Amino acid sequence: MNIDLSRRGFFKLAGAGVAATSLGAMGFGEAEAAERAHVRAFKLATTTETRNTCPYCSVACGIIMYSKGDVKAGETAELIHIEGDADHPTNRGTLCPKGAALKDFVHAPTRLTKPRHRAAGASEFQDITWDEALDKIARAMKDDRDANFIQTNEAGVPVNRWTTTGFLAASATTNETAWLTYKTVRSMGIVGFDNQARV
Amino acid sequence: MTNSWTDIKNTDLVVVMGGNAAEAHPCGFKWVTEAKAHRGAKLIVVDPRYTRTASVSDFYAPIRPGSDIVFLMGVIRWCIENDKVQWDYVRNYTNASFLVKDEFGWADGLFTGYDEEKRDYDKSSWDYKMGEDGFVQTDPTLQDPRCVWNLLRAHVDAYTPEFVERICGTPKDKFLTICGMIGECSTPTKTMTSMYALGWTQHSKGAQNIRGMAMLQLILGNIGVRGGGMNALRGHSNIQGLTDIGLMSNLIPGYLNIPTEKEADWTTYMSTRAFKPIVPNQTSYWQNYLKFMVSFMKAMWGDAAQPENDWAYHYLPKLDVPAYDGMRMFELMNHGKVNLYFCQGFNPLLSFPNRGKMTQAFSKLKMLVIMDPLATETSHFWQNHGIHNDVDTAAIQTEVLELPTTCFAEDEGALVNSGRWIQWHWAGATPPGEAKHDTWIMAQIFQRVKKLYQDEGGVFPDPILNLTWDYADPLEPMPDELAREMNGRALSTVYDLKDTTKVVAEAGQQLSNFGQYRDDGSTMGGCWIYAGSWTEDGNMMARRDNTDPGDTGAFLNWSFAWPANRRILYNRASCDPQGKPWDPSRKIIEWTGEKWEGYDVPDIPVTAKPGEVHPFIMNPEGVSRLFSRGMMRDGPFPTHMEPFEAPIANPFNARMRGNPVARVFESDANQFAAIGDPEFPCVATSYRLTEHFHYWTKHNPVNAVLQPEFFVEISEELAAERGIERGGRVRVWSKRGEVWAKALVTKRIRPMQIDGKTVHVIGIPLHWGFMGAAKKGFGPNSLSSQVGDANVETPEFKAFMVNIEPSAEEPVA
Repeated sequence: MNIDLSRRGFFKLAGAGVAATSLGAMGFGEAEAAERAHVRAFKLATTTETRNTCPYCSVACGIIMYSKGDVKAGETAELIHIEGDADHPTNRGTLCPKGAALKDFVHAPTRLTKPRHRAAGASEFQDITWDEALDKIARAMKDDRDANFIQTNEAGVPVNRWTTTGFLAASATTNETAWLTYKTVRSMGIVGFDNQARV
Repeated sequence: MTNSWTDIKNTDLVVVMGGNAAEAHPCGFKWVTEAKAHRGAKLIVVDPRYTRTASVSDFYAPIRPGSDIVFLMGVIRWCIENDKVQWDYVRNYTNASFLVKDEFGWADGLFTGYDEEKRDYDKSSWDYKMGEDGFVQTDPTLQDPRCVWNLLRAHVDAYTPEFVERICGTPKDKFLTICGMIGECSTPTKTMTSMYALGWTQHSKGAQNIRGMAMLQLILGNIGVRGGGMNALRGHSNIQGLTDIGLMSNLIPGYLNIPTEKEADWTTYMSTRAFKPIVPNQTSYWQNYLKFMVSFMKAMWGDAAQPENDWAYHYLPKLDVPAYDGMRMFELMNHGKVNLYFCQGFNPLLSFPNRGKMTQAFSKLKMLVIMDPLATETSHFWQNHGIHNDVDTAAIQTEVLELPTTCFAEDEGALVNSGRWIQWHWAGATPPGEAKHDTWIMAQIFQRVKKLYQDEGGVFPDPILNLTWDYADPLEPMPDELAREMNGRALSTVYDLKDTTKVVAEAGQQLSNFGQYRDDGSTMGGCWIYAGSWTEDGNMMARRDNTDPGDTGAFLNWSFAWPANRRILYNRASCDPQGKPWDPSRKIIEWTGEKWEGYDVPDIPVTAKPGEVHPFIMNPEGVSRLFSRGMMRDGPFPTHMEPFEAPIANPFNARMRGNPVARVFESDANQFAAIGDPEFPCVATSYRLTEHFHYWTKHNPVNAVLQPEFFVEISEELAAERGIERGGRVRVWSKRGEVWAKALVTKRIRPMQIDGKTVHVIGIPLHWGFMGAAKKGFGPNSLSSQVGDANVETPEFKAFMVNIEPSAEEPVA
């Protein structure tokens, strides 16, 4: 029982239908017009809906995100509301106290918006451009790898290990991020590789 | 999970032990409520605290943190003694009848082969007696004293109800009531499910806790059936996925292994991975290892991986230790042996134990790179926050780069839930400011490093220069491109293995399942267990058909579950040896006379006749293991081990400290409180609250209002003993650190009688730090000890020793 008609479309049809038929049937032609003029449009009716899953625990509840603007159409989209996805077989529309406040996570005052750099001994972060930050990282990796990469062990066996750089991967990134991270980390020979499942 | 969240509705008895699902997984817990309301299922909770899950249970019993093996072995003992055993299941689907070597034994808390110097076992005696035909020797009558069943009987003999009461602190009558309720599920028509989480894993013997319950479930015949199983609730939205894809020191995607340096060449590496069946006619599915491994190497290095160079085996790192896991890396870091460290969406300053050591370790790095949507404690470890992060900023020479990433709302891709459902999601918001996708950041880093190697040359650049990178935009690989790569595709024409003229897939086509993987280089696939997730028919993970034929809870057309879209693992075992469901009202699959079919994807070759192939096809035995041979470092049966910090000595062997084979670094060993140390008399345990998720939601104003302030939970008795006021400020300290908190004095925690003495338990929730919207506070990791499980190095957060005293109120600034 997939709902093909979008929720927004459904609200539009149902809302308009109910107003027109009930008022019209009672002979309130002009009242209907007046009513329409001052009833505020349903807030979510002008939003884009996107299906997603809650990023917290691994019950992975289905959610519907409502945004002003459509990312898929290349527009800037601002998230304005999140609710449980009633079609989802696991959560059937419900959300817990964490999931119900998900929008706050997306708009958290402490969300990072710019790359920043803290120099050795400094007491504050300074803004840095992406280019500068990524060049710094690449340079540091290349230098450390060239200096400390272990090609063979004492017995002369090729071991190709890089132990002086480590990578701790996440718990909520997508599989696709994980795979690209895996390829990058493994190809360089990094063995200090772990993720949140460990703890 | 062997089963799924929606399958829990099929159960008759839920045992929540080592978890608190109502609080930590509320929307999944609704399926327990469903089972209670519609099937009359019962809920048992065994926990040190009377949790929110306990508050809706039918029966609750307390247990001392770190004594779960005693409880579980006690239940197994009771089931055997009272004949509460699903005999047909045990005889046919477990290794109960297998004979074990005569040298194997257990005494004084230790199995044969213990070497105190090495802190390791010689496991050679922990194995079956093999016949001259190459197959294992068995006694189907279970009379032989050396059969697994009789060894198990002898092993659990010590775990009497009196012993359980003495060591766990669980009153004997409560323990026996629970045994009775569990015992009822030994009939083929009643099932029990086990729901557990970090309450079982975060111990120095966490893996053995879980084995204990898995063995009980096998004895009751509850593995592979609807409403049964071993169900790890899992704590984060995609730790299942990250583990599947092998983001760990020693893993290759799909649970293959990174070689050790003893496996210097491909032939040696493959020689231990033949997985030859040890019973006649068995499938032993891992015999396909070579196909998965070659396809992985082709996914990584494409044309550079050829049969002539052993598929570029020399590109893979070779390990000299079991793993460079998190705790080993922080130990190395603390010794100045790590220069550069990346944290991608991970806040280790609060997530790993012994925070003091973590701060010291980070201070010795040259560079720390953080990728995160939020300003974490780890990225600010150098910033002084008074008592909450008391560091000398100017003295810390670590350079820190903090890179803003997108979060779920701005991301497209898949996450894997606890039930192995790989669910696709779509982006619905624009990233804030300059925040970027992790894929963009990783691609940028990789391409810049690669460019440096191209321009300058350097040490062994081959695996970097030859890494496949077939993305339309090399600087921004798209989720669909990456997902297709993990599924696997044909590199040249793939033929059927039996009818070699029949084409299975043409070059360039997506593979439909891992049965199409080949070991000749004609296929590539990043993660074999995900085969079938993105086929020629499209993205199976994005499927949203929520119909459920038979109302079984399987939802086969919703997303994709690995492996092969199977929703209940080992489901062949839901039928009797003849292929008929043990419980017809809970049919999953059955043998029609020609093939296996039903509501789920059968976990057996579909035309394998009953009796020919045993149901546990991943094992060379074809059956499940009550005795796990040498596969775990700390024993083929679970045996009671005290936590490294404990109020009492091990009752089997007073000289034994914690898990006798757990890895302990010297610097950490010096930071354990002595057994029964009077300075640290209280057992501490960490836990979650329903209003918060880890260290993230304290950044959200709403959640910060719901649970604003760090507290510790203690009993009324302990409060009275120490003169602690309800809501008063307390200081809690361990051998490693101290914290200040509000005292939450409750009836939910009660003092316990352990081995003749009163032991208090202190609960420490884990959601506070010094960043975000909530009041500044601490986490349990300021206090907990840095030692991990002997098999998987998960830190012992759930049992360590502390002390507590009233403290002056915080001065108002």
